[in-house]
Amino acid sequence: MKDMLSKQAVGLKPSGIRKFFDIVSEMEDAISLGVGEPDFDTPWHIRDEGIYSLEKGRTFYTSNSGLVELRQEICNYIKRKQGVDYDPKHEVLITVGGSEAIDIGMRAVINPGDEVLIPQPSFVSYEPCAIMAGGVPVIIELKEENEFRLTAEELESAITEKTKILILPFPNNPTGAIMERKDLETIAEVIRKHDILVMSDEIYAELTYKEKHVSIIEMEGMRERTILINGFSKAYAMTGWRLGYACGPREILEQMTKLHQFAIMCAPTTSQYAAVEALRSGDDDVQEMKTAYNQRRRYLINAFREMGLSCFEPFGAFYIFPCIKEFGMTSEEFAERFLAEEKVAVVPGTAFGDCGEGFLRISYAYSLDTLKLAIGKLADFVGRLRQQK
Amino acid sequence: MREELLKIIERNSRIDLKELAVILGVEEIDVVNELQALEDEGIICGYHTMIDWEKTSIEKVSALIEVRVTPQRGQGFDNIAERIYKYPEVTSVYLISGGYDLLVTLEGKSLKEISGFVSDKLSTLDSVLSTATHFILKKYKDHGTILTKKYEDTREKVSP
Repeated sequence: MKDMLSKQAVGLKPSGIRKFFDIVSEMEDAISLGVGEPDFDTPWHIRDEGIYSLEKGRTFYTSNSGLVELRQEICNYIKRKQGVDYDPKHEVLITVGGSEAIDIGMRAVINPGDEVLIPQPSFVSYEPCAIMAGGVPVIIELKEENEFRLTAEELESAITEKTKILILPFPNNPTGAIMERKDLETIAEVIRKHDILVMSDEIYAELTYKEKHVSIIEMEGMRERTILINGFSKAYAMTGWRLGYACGPREILEQMTKLHQFAIMCAPTTSQYAAVEALRSGDDDVQEMKTAYNQRRRYLINAFREMGLSCFEPFGAFYIFPCIKEFGMTSEEFAERFLAEEKVAVVPGTAFGDCGEGFLRISYAYSLDTLKLAIGKLADFVGRLRQQK
Repeated sequence: MREELLKIIERNSRIDLKELAVILGVEEIDVVNELQALEDEGIICGYHTMIDWEKTSIEKVSALIEVRVTPQRGQGFDNIAERIYKYPEVTSVYLISGGYDLLVTLEGKSLKEISGFVSDKLSTLDSVLSTATHFILKKYKDHGTILTKKYEDTREKVSP
């Protein structure tokens, strides 16, 4: 058949992660530090609630927006954490992971030609979702010297008359960067001045190791122009349950709910019941996992320091983003050689945008023992490279 | 740092001091001092090793024994508990609320040895009113560690 495929779909760059995944999955005994999900099992009481809901025969669709009690718990949670109110009836939508919320959030607000500001390095979905929604991605290249935070100057200089929405991906995957209150205050001023929207992807909100996470919605005049995205994957180790949510102004949420209704119907019912339990009594689990991540984070920072590998201290998510520019190789070359010679997989920074060149994403969603083993191999590899120079 | 330190070494008492200091984000000397303090205060009572004897060729039998006793005037249960815990084959003694008073765990080489201990030593004590012995058939989980299954990482090797 002629012209079988969508030009737009074909035109999308395949994910840089995918390519690397294919190499790694052929190596049986490779150690991987390339995973973007928690190593913990979903806490048993949460799984048990999912099982119970199945036993009870709660196997039907929920309302399009999701279970009322779950939406109410989400509102309680945001009130508790951020001190901001949302109306569970009209301003919350339960989605299939944060990813769906990113997709339909963009499609709900973007008109053809609208510019979408995407700070990079960042999660792989923003750019393709913006394109498929008819938007024009405009990349803001974040800098290591700013600890990969978005500055008001960077934002200001990327804004044009066509700018519609800013994606705000903090705490950040892959850099581990966070935005603190002072950082958010300065960019909020720019956002208000130019009257643009924000999509704040806060999927790693629970995982910060400095002060508690601050959201852009807490800044003056921001709640009414922000699509807040969060979910259960990272905080409660629930990636496979595929459950996220979006909160925002009623007008936007109405459109998102419509798109969600036609494409998805509703998020998985079992997952929604489990998520109610997670929000009601999962605080201790989150705390325990966070403590473990923080110990590993400190271990890695120290290990890189001892190796003499330059790395800014990340305070969020479960990634560390060391710089490998001293070896005169591209990130991809480095990652491929490291995998071939030491059988350890890390993800090249370029998988998260061109400006990730010269960096590696190392995930610490692994036990300390695994990290120790892998870091030992990295030290050997780095030592060899330095000798060869 | 005390609680975090205790939780780490409760899981792994072999972790080295330097590493402990790194992951706790403190100086090594602080860890040394804190461990010393915890030992002095009797909070850390020992550094044991968890062994699944089942997997060795050494025969071992363990049992839980519920013991009902008459408390003694002025002493409560302490005296009788002491008389019981002094036997080396007794691995733990707990005072329990509910249907009986003391829960005693016992390790021996055989069923015979354990039943011998119960009938000869334990039930003949003056204040012991009755005993009920439960032999352990299989340990699934002990001290928070699952013994029957090894952790397996089933995640995709690389994901965004």
